[in-house]
Amino acid sequence: MTDLSKRSLIKVAALTALAGATLIGCGKKEEAAAPAPAPAAAPAEAPKVTKAAWVYVGPVGDAGWSFAHDLGRKAVEAKFGDQVQTTAIEAVPYGADAERVFRDLAQQGNEIIFGTSFGYMETMLKVAEEFPNVKFEHATGYKTAPNMRIYDASFYQDTYMAGIVAAHMTKTGKLGFVGSFPIPEVLRNINAFVLGAQTVKPDVKLSVVWVNTWFDPPKESEAAQSLLNQGADVLLQNTDSTAVLQTAERNGKFAFGWDSDMSAFAPNAHLASAIVDWGPYYIKSIEELRAGTWETKRTVWGVKEGLNDLIKIADFVPAEAKAKVEEVKAGLKSGEFEPFTGPIVNNEGKEVLAAGQKADREWLDGVNFYVKGVEGRIPSK
Amino acid sequence: MEVFFLNVATSLNAGTVLAIAALGLLLNEKAGIVNLGAEGMMLCAALAGFATVVHTGSGLAGLAAGMVAGAVLAGIFGLLVIWLNTNQYATGLALSLFGVGFSAFAGVSYTRENLSSKMVSTPSIWADVPVIGPGLARLDGMVWVGLAIMAGMIWFFYRTRAGLVLRSVGENPDSAHALGYPVRRIRWLAVVAGGSLCGLAGAYLSTVYTPLWTEGMTAGRGWIALALTTFATWRPARVLLGAYLFGAVTMMQFYLQGRGVQVSAELLSSLPYLATVIVLVLISRNPVWIRTNMPASIGKPFYPGS
Repeated sequence: MTDLSKRSLIKVAALTALAGATLIGCGKKEEAAAPAPAPAAAPAEAPKVTKAAWVYVGPVGDAGWSFAHDLGRKAVEAKFGDQVQTTAIEAVPYGADAERVFRDLAQQGNEIIFGTSFGYMETMLKVAEEFPNVKFEHATGYKTAPNMRIYDASFYQDTYMAGIVAAHMTKTGKLGFVGSFPIPEVLRNINAFVLGAQTVKPDVKLSVVWVNTWFDPPKESEAAQSLLNQGADVLLQNTDSTAVLQTAERNGKFAFGWDSDMSAFAPNAHLASAIVDWGPYYIKSIEELRAGTWETKRTVWGVKEGLNDLIKIADFVPAEAKAKVEEVKAGLKSGEFEPFTGPIVNNEGKEVLAAGQKADREWLDGVNFYVKGVEGRIPSK
Repeated sequence: MEVFFLNVATSLNAGTVLAIAALGLLLNEKAGIVNLGAEGMMLCAALAGFATVVHTGSGLAGLAAGMVAGAVLAGIFGLLVIWLNTNQYATGLALSLFGVGFSAFAGVSYTRENLSSKMVSTPSIWADVPVIGPGLARLDGMVWVGLAIMAGMIWFFYRTRAGLVLRSVGENPDSAHALGYPVRRIRWLAVVAGGSLCGLAGAYLSTVYTPLWTEGMTAGRGWIALALTTFATWRPARVLLGAYLFGAVTMMQFYLQGRGVQVSAELLSSLPYLATVIVLVLISRNPVWIRTNMPASIGKPFYPGS
């Protein structure tokens, strides 16, 4: 044979082999797909494996927000064993990427999908419409659908207690806050921090710097540094990494851990960690799903249900601060104490909550001001 | 007044990462090679530096590891671009994407690590000096290194024979080749040296500036450094100026927020970029100046004997 025809023979043979392999592969898939529907048609009472998925906005290694959600997922795995099959996708940015991920997870047969960041709201609503049999749960959002519900924590309870500790530790009377986005949740946290501090030191001041991101360690570090430069000596943040805490350590000042126990990262600067433990909520959600009692609603838990806490208070914090924190915690656990109890005045002098009145859900959701003691104005959105 | 110097010191710290990376890229570009892989190199070096400090406890070893990581990646890039004559921009982008992904993958186990505090302490003897004391104490040693590199580069480019040869390779490699200089080897050495500086910047970021590792922690600084060299018309002193200006405006925008200035936070975030571009463009707007300083063969492949 000439070179040319030998070459074309090889080409044809290769193509045929490739086509054959593809067809055989496709055939196998169809065979595998056929028996699968049969077990699913079995009676609903037989315990079946529930498939659940989590979507995180940042990497699990952020030691903060996404890490805490993953701990919650692990709690579900520990509780249910092989009755629940979990998947987690991390570092999913908002927008088209998120849509693709949610849709993908729904198509893979997950029965419940947890979207753990505020910015997934519209995306989840869109995908929820297309998959009415899949349950969607959105953290920290405010929109629902028949198959999508929302859940939230009460971080402001943690920051109120942190404020008490901060006021005992500050020497300059100036506190600093590294904020992510000026949304009501973060503003609540800021206000509670100041209110808590003011119960100890009525003239304490707070400066806020916004970084417009949930997670960017160098930027968080720079923001923290600028607050320290201006004289703040205790910092709190609403961002997800340990950068603020470590910057405080470097400058010999104090800060708090956020979302998870960050005491190991800064032995001298760490005052306490304001944490969230999503385990109890996730376990309850899966239980409701398996029992068929899942319904769309809004759940907000806090210290009372074991979702939030201020832990690992440092040894060098004075005993009276610790005692006060325990007192507040007991009040929160019993449900009697509400950090936002009037009179509350905003930093322009206007009264926003009447004397003796406890803040209700609507008031808490609509926080769009700084209380007295916070310097500056909220950046216009 | 002390606050002012403290702000100056932290601005210089913030700008140093960019400065050192940009000076490294300048070295490349003077020889005619554009290395778009800066972001990838910085991230891999950041991981290498961080991992080294975690395992050995020595900050210097971490910085050295970062330089080696940067040099290795740049060396591979150089082989592809100089000897195999692949498109510089495409290869640089590929290096960048690879570096970002590889560092995220390899760094997964390091994200919860914590560097011992002794790594980040700065000498406190300066703190007692009145007025400028706290500022000086807060200044990272790397700022001096950055200044030294800039001075060294100016001396190298404009006062030594070797620097002249490098610049001629960047201007017209064919003529340099005709004169008998090993053009490809010189370019490769420049690329490796530039890469090691980018690596130094990356390692500084993860071991001193923000002593923790997270994926993508450079947050675009590599790209900013690339733009900086162009806007600074390839002059080392201007590169440094641009980098420090960027750092200063970055710190200033947080300062303005803390003071309660009512400007949207997004606008303030974009201020460092805007300010740096505007200033550099204004001081280098003379087209003759630009033509004189831009290495003429930048980005073009070189074929000896063609």
